[in-house]
Amino acid sequence: MALRRVGERAAWLLASLLLASLLIFAATNALPGDVAQVMLGTNATPGEAARLRAELGLDQPFLVRYMEWIWGALRFDFGESYITGKPIAPLIASRLAVSAWLILFGMIVAVLIALPAGAYAAVRRRHADGVAVSALSQIGLAVPAFWAGIWLVVIFAVNLQWLPAGGYVTPQESVGQWLAHLVLPVTSLAIVQASIISRYVRGSVIEVLHEDYFRTARAVGWSRTGALMRHGLRNTGISLLTVIGLQLATLLVGAIIIEQVFALPGLGSSLLLAVSQRDLGVVQAIVLLLVWAVLAINFLVDVAYQLIDPRLRRVGDDR
Amino acid sequence: MRRARTLGIVAALLLSTLLGACTQPLEQDTGASTLEIGATGEPAGLDMITVSGAGTPFVLLYNVYETLVKLDGDGNIRPLLASEWTTSQDNTVYTFTLDHGARFASGTDVTAAAVVASFERSRSDEATDQIRAKWAVVDAIEAIGDDTVEVTLTQASNRWLYEMTGPAGIVADPTGDADLNTSPAGSGPYEFVSWDEGASIELRANDGYWGTPARFDEVTFRYYADPNAMNTAMLAGQLDIISNLTTPQAIEQFADESRFKVYEGTTDGEVVLGFNHRTEALQDLKVGQAINHAIDRQALVDAVWGGKGTLIGSMVPPTDPWYEDLSDTYPYDPDEARRLLAEAGYADGLTLRLRVPNLPYGPPSGRFVAAQLEEVGITVELDELEFPARWLELVFTNHDYDMTVVAHVEPRDLDAFANPDYYWGYDNPRFQRLIAEADAGTWEEQVTKLQEAARILAEDAAADWLFLLPNIVVTTTDISGIQANQISLSFDLTTIAARS
Repeated sequence: MALRRVGERAAWLLASLLLASLLIFAATNALPGDVAQVMLGTNATPGEAARLRAELGLDQPFLVRYMEWIWGALRFDFGESYITGKPIAPLIASRLAVSAWLILFGMIVAVLIALPAGAYAAVRRRHADGVAVSALSQIGLAVPAFWAGIWLVVIFAVNLQWLPAGGYVTPQESVGQWLAHLVLPVTSLAIVQASIISRYVRGSVIEVLHEDYFRTARAVGWSRTGALMRHGLRNTGISLLTVIGLQLATLLVGAIIIEQVFALPGLGSSLLLAVSQRDLGVVQAIVLLLVWAVLAINFLVDVAYQLIDPRLRRVGDDR
Repeated sequence: MRRARTLGIVAALLLSTLLGACTQPLEQDTGASTLEIGATGEPAGLDMITVSGAGTPFVLLYNVYETLVKLDGDGNIRPLLASEWTTSQDNTVYTFTLDHGARFASGTDVTAAAVVASFERSRSDEATDQIRAKWAVVDAIEAIGDDTVEVTLTQASNRWLYEMTGPAGIVADPTGDADLNTSPAGSGPYEFVSWDEGASIELRANDGYWGTPARFDEVTFRYYADPNAMNTAMLAGQLDIISNLTTPQAIEQFADESRFKVYEGTTDGEVVLGFNHRTEALQDLKVGQAINHAIDRQALVDAVWGGKGTLIGSMVPPTDPWYEDLSDTYPYDPDEARRLLAEAGYADGLTLRLRVPNLPYGPPSGRFVAAQLEEVGITVELDELEFPARWLELVFTNHDYDMTVVAHVEPRDLDAFANPDYYWGYDNPRFQRLIAEADAGTWEEQVTKLQEAARILAEDAAADWLFLLPNIVVTTTDISGIQANQISLSFDLTTIAARS
């Protein structure tokens, strides 16, 4: 049964979530450097540092701290930041709102560009324009997102002054400004993603063009585009879904750098700051969130796979 | 085929309408009464008594909070909330008379009781160790009537009065029972509005201000983790001021005089090539002198900091009253350096560890110093340490280093060398005595004693002062009143105005 396989997958997901949390906790605790020292700065005495460590509960045994932390994390309570003394969960929630929009729009724009561009490059692969689209995606693939971001800023913010160079405005304040501030960061993320995805689209469309069912559809009178839309998309969809799932993870990482370039107050910029300050509570919470998000995405892709592709379902039934 | 093309066109159209919709509402801010300031180093909290870090006073000191006394451009102490003050014969009792007009932004008067409450909080356990330490010489703080505050010291201290111009001496509004860490309340020309963490802090004019009114209705400090992002925001017209350009190489971007004005002044940030005086070789005066002779400091500033920065030769910036130019104490002379090393018994070479923080100036300075020391026969093992965490652990706390390069940005930090337990381990009783005497003496004695102390440091080659960090402020041509030299922890808005 497909359901049993989904259940199996879910069990795996839970196990990996737990294992990931333990690894994250262990790794952040193994980071050299001491938050108490960072907090006290260049005026600290060793006695003060020890006192502060005890105050922060850092003198407790590893497992005790882990259990407390994971129990809190399950209730979305990550304690308080060592540095600011403020609760971490609301901080993450507000930062997540920025990053989530960035990633969501980045992926949507990328797919919107990649689907037609990839299909076009496949259909016209023997013509100059098709080759040009394909070459363009090759170039886009080689461009690092932050570099694209810097160029976009130079062109559209510094020279043309059409769009802001950085910063963030919440949609509650002004929807127009919110979108304006997102255009350049989203575009820099989307350029790379669109290039990657369009290469996959091109590949799988070419494959479809060679399939027997496609030739049959053409033979019974479908136009090439019509046959592609009717039969090609679903087949392309499967591999596209995998790629999008995988790319979402790299998009998460790319967003960290893009947030820095565009001074966006997202998860990435607060993660970098927290690491340098050894604000372990914040580091652990954000990394945990990112890792869980990637695992959850993979899980969802797996499940969606089962739903879209009847062949995979049958394999499950046979077992 | 036509369908495929149409699809592409539709997608392109969709995208362009999206872009168009976004670009439309972006209006250029032309109102003269708002000020957008780009800054690095966001505060960790808003209460500078309980939260350490330079980010908090940068925004709030003199703008939202005021002190009894304030430093002027020449390093002299002037009245602010206190209209005048007197001292007892032995300089241990200070009597401040509060300005009659002084009011908090809430409308209530700045009373003696409010000052005492703020000061008592500042020296309580609630305060950071750093703030509390400034009050170590204070015995008692008393309100006499409504407008007089008497502070009794255990011993005369020039340093204490100076500290009252900074974060330790701020006077907070006692009527606001709100948490000062989230909603600061003072008597300054600006009021705190909001803090959008990770992005910006907003202030607005305090309409009932008791002194010269604020010149801007709204002031926003915008924070940038990446200095390049701040520079492009300035170029794109999003900012009016870059409060401190931390990448001097980027100065050329603002060469267009019809749009920008660039101010180059000094800071309190001495970039010190610090010696660990616990290391045997570095206990020898000749080795310290040799290192000083071996490094061409002007060439170093040119190479690593775009030629911006002042040569100082000791731990005193030019804005302190006891500054003397000591940068020629040990001029660049590699032959002399080799000779001194040979005299010290290191003719066959010497190996030293140079552990620099991974701050913008750290690794480039480290490589430059290492190359020049190799020239005179000192083998340098260069290490880059993550700052702050790793550097604090290895160098600052464990003293596990021979040399390091760090900018000491605290104002008036000459006396850091008077603490033998500090990471340098410099222990010179004569220097320590001079620092103590300068603190206890008259104003003139303070100046002459500190001059002598600075000379001792230089001659003793207690470190090599590579250069003083520049204060580079960039503004649009609409802004005037920028103080080129940074003399306090505050980005003081009171002198800044918009040209009309």
